[in-house]
Order: sequence, then structure tokens, then C-alpha cells
Amino acid sequence: MTYVTQMASLDSYEKGRVEVIDDDPRNYAFSNIFEVASGARPFEQIAVAKNFEYVLEVVRVEGTSGWRAAAHDQSALVLDGQVEFTLRTLRDGHRLPASGSAGLPEDDAQTPVGRVLARRGHLTLLPVGRAYRFASQAPAVLLIQTVAGPDTQFRWTEICQTA
Amino acid sequence: MTTADAAVSTQAQEPNEFGYRSFTLGQFHFSRDEYFAYVSWPTGQHVISADAFLRALQRDIAWEFFYGIVNFDGVVGTMNHYGSVDLFAGRYNDAYRKAELDHVETVETPVIKSVFTTMLSDWTNDGFDPFASPEETGSAFGPKHGDNDAAISRHRVTAERMVSLPGDEPLRSDENGHPVNRMFADVRQDEPEVHAEPGFESEVGSFNLFAYLSRSPVTWNPSVVSVCRDSLYCPTTEEYILPIIHGNDRAEWFVQLTDEIIWDVEDRDTGRKRAKVVMKAGDVAAMPSDIRHQGYSPKRSMLLVWENASPEIPDLISSGQFPTQPVEF
Repeated sequence: MTYVTQMASLDSYEKGRVEVIDDDPRNYAFSNIFEVASGARPFEQIAVAKNFEYVLEVVRVEGTSGWRAAAHDQSALVLDGQVEFTLRTLRDGHRLPASGSAGLPEDDAQTPVGRVLARRGHLTLLPVGRAYRFASQAPAVLLIQTVAGPDTQFRWTEICQTA
Repeated sequence: MTTADAAVSTQAQEPNEFGYRSFTLGQFHFSRDEYFAYVSWPTGQHVISADAFLRALQRDIAWEFFYGIVNFDGVVGTMNHYGSVDLFAGRYNDAYRKAELDHVETVETPVIKSVFTTMLSDWTNDGFDPFASPEETGSAFGPKHGDNDAAISRHRVTAERMVSLPGDEPLRSDENGHPVNRMFADVRQDEPEVHAEPGFESEVGSFNLFAYLSRSPVTWNPSVVSVCRDSLYCPTTEEYILPIIHGNDRAEWFVQLTDEIIWDVEDRDTGRKRAKVVMKAGDVAAMPSDIRHQGYSPKRSMLLVWENASPEIPDLISSGQFPTQPVEF
């Protein structure tokens, strides 16, 4: 028998749902990554999951982002398209927020550290204290494992099943 | 309810007529025959199909009793206190509680782990792999014949930073005994292009998570592949039924990466039905800390389980300092 693995993309996704028996669907904060990315502007960081200070952010990558960095490791999972990650050292003395990522002036991203070209299903480390940026010619989707920061957006009412 | 938390005595008896040993853990007694596992305690007894019992026992041990409650079914299970474990019967079953037939014993973790590990080894026959899907393993039934210690003592993946980084958990391949699963034959095996400048090799890392998961030989076994402080990515491949009913002591999140899983959600303490959650590729859902859940995956699927491993969370939630649901809106 031949099996077909069902994946989803910006162009093709089917959303499930919470079927309530005796509960409030908002308890499950149910959303769909591709639906969120479809309605997002490039490089917005929209939380689709939160557990105390930690979040998972959906990012629509379209074009080249600004430089960012965080004071902790993060990871980026490509869920649609192809994304180029460019890593550089951070200017000595640049102060980062304790939690989450923050944007950087171009001059603060300095010596090349490395580069990754990743496609759907590829998980990439965004290492602590290094500057990074994303680039993609066509719309792509990332899921970022990180800590809530100054640019994390919370739009639960907009993205989650409420009834 | 009866409880006991004094020093728990343990005992393993000689093999019965079917070749299986029986085990005593405090006032709990465990035995099996060709088809069933039997559990008894001062106020009751219970019977579970041997294959289902072994699949649940396997995960309870491998996960170090996991986060919160591992219900083997609606009656018997364990609750983790991270240093000690409650072994219970009927504690999270409304009918048993009202009839005062439930029983709990608190056992130091090394003691219960030792008894459970010995029981799993003794009760698992040659050819049966409790971690495998039913289509990919032999029978658990019949009189005792051999063992399968290699399958039940697998290494559990717990990346320090991220799989594939130098010195961390390695990738899976044909060469190291991880062929692509029959249900993931269509999953692309390409790896990302990684270019590290000299001296930065330990910081520039990327791998094909989907290919990695397509080569997992086990089901319903979350393993840590990337770490952000206490935030753990614990993806797993799922097929057939989650062999335990997981009762949360903290919220956890599910990201459905491929295919579909249907979750039955019940009240954690009583078993009252609350919801059914149907998750398809790209869906994200929280499992609040006051529920228990069991999943059904018709085709092998990839599920990203996302955990916050902070040891402070159970107390914050049980003391009411933090709500049971992770997001309020």
C-alpha cells in the first residue's frame, strides 16, 4: 500500500477544530499556522502558542528582514517555502533584552558567522548573541521557538476559535 | 480513599504457570497470564489487556513518569511529583472516588522505576515491541517466551541544544539503524545547506526535522530535539492510539506537523467528557492543565509536542497563582 503524508502550505491547508462537549473552545487557543501567516505582514512575529514566558511565533518571510538577535537560543522551523538565514557576530557592547528577540541597526551585525538555506521541515538554530536575518523571494512560513519579547504580537481573539 | 506513603515494600514472586512473575509494590499487587494484566489493592481489583498494559508501562518508564499523570486507563496510573510518584487506582475516577474504593501509594521514584522496569522486562515476550505500532510488532500474548530487552531499553533522545550540532544528539540514517518508516516513504530526505565560517561550526546548525521524524522507529514517544531555556521541542510520530491517557499538571501545546490526530479530552480529575479536538497539518492547540487527553492517529503522523519544563509550574497552578489555561482572551 502507498501512503500519502498530508502536509500543508500557504496555498493549501485545511483547518481542524475543537468540537465542544462541555467546555469553552477558548481554553484550547486553537489556530492554524498557515491561516495566521496568510493574514500577516512580512516579518510580523505573531504568537500562536504561549506557556508562561515562552512563545511560538509565526513569521511570514517575504523579502529580506532586518537584523535581529536574542540573549538566548531560538530555533526556526520552515513550514512552507525556502528561507535563507544569514548569521553575523554582534557588535561588542550591544545590549539585548533579557527575553525575546530585538531588531538591530545594520552596523551592529558585523563579521560573518554562517549561512543556512532551509526548506520545508528544516529546523535551524538561531544562536544566542548572534545577529541573524531571514530572506525569501516567495512567501515562506517560519515557526520560531523563543521567549516573548518586545516585538511579539498577541492576537488571540483574531486567530483562535472562539465558538 | 486509602493512602499509604510510608516506606513501600517491594517483592517479586516466582513465575506462575504461564511463566510470568508477580510483583508487589506496597499494597498493590501486579500479575499477568496469557492475555491480561491484573492489578489489585486493598479495596479493589482491575484487569487490563496485557498489550495495552505493557504499552502504557513502557511509556511511564521511558518518560520518567512524565509531566503530571500517566493514566494506564480510566482506573490505574501514576502521578509524578518529581522525586516521588503516586501509584493510584481509582484516584481520578469519579465513581471509584464516590464509592471510596480508590487507593494511592506514594513511592520514591527509584523504587517504583525499578519494580516497573523489572515487570516490563519479565512480561514482554520476544517479538513484541511496546513502542511500535500494532502493525509493526508481534503479539504480546501467550505463555512467556523470551524477552525483548533491546526494544524496551531504547535510548531516549534528549538534545542539550539541538539535534545534529557537534557533540549533541546525532541524525538518524539507514547506516545507524533508522530506515524511513513505511508510512513516510514520501517524506523528502534532503538536508539544508549549512555553511559555517571557521570557528563557528558549533553555532551554525540546521537539520531536516521531517526526515528525522520519518525515521523514528517508535510511536507516541516525545523526544527533545531543540531547547530554548525551559522551552522544549518534543516532536513524536503517532500511529493508532496513544497508549496512555495523559493528565496534565501544566499546559502543553500541540503543533500538528503532518496528517491528522483526533484528541478525546476529559476532565483531569473525574474523567467527564469535555471536548474533541481535531487537528490537521498546521493546526496549533493548547492542552490546559486541568484536562486529560488521548489521541487517535489513523495514519502515522508527525506531532510537535511543546513543553515548558520549569519545575515551578505545578505548584504555581495547583496553588491558584496561575490559571489552568495558558492563554486568556
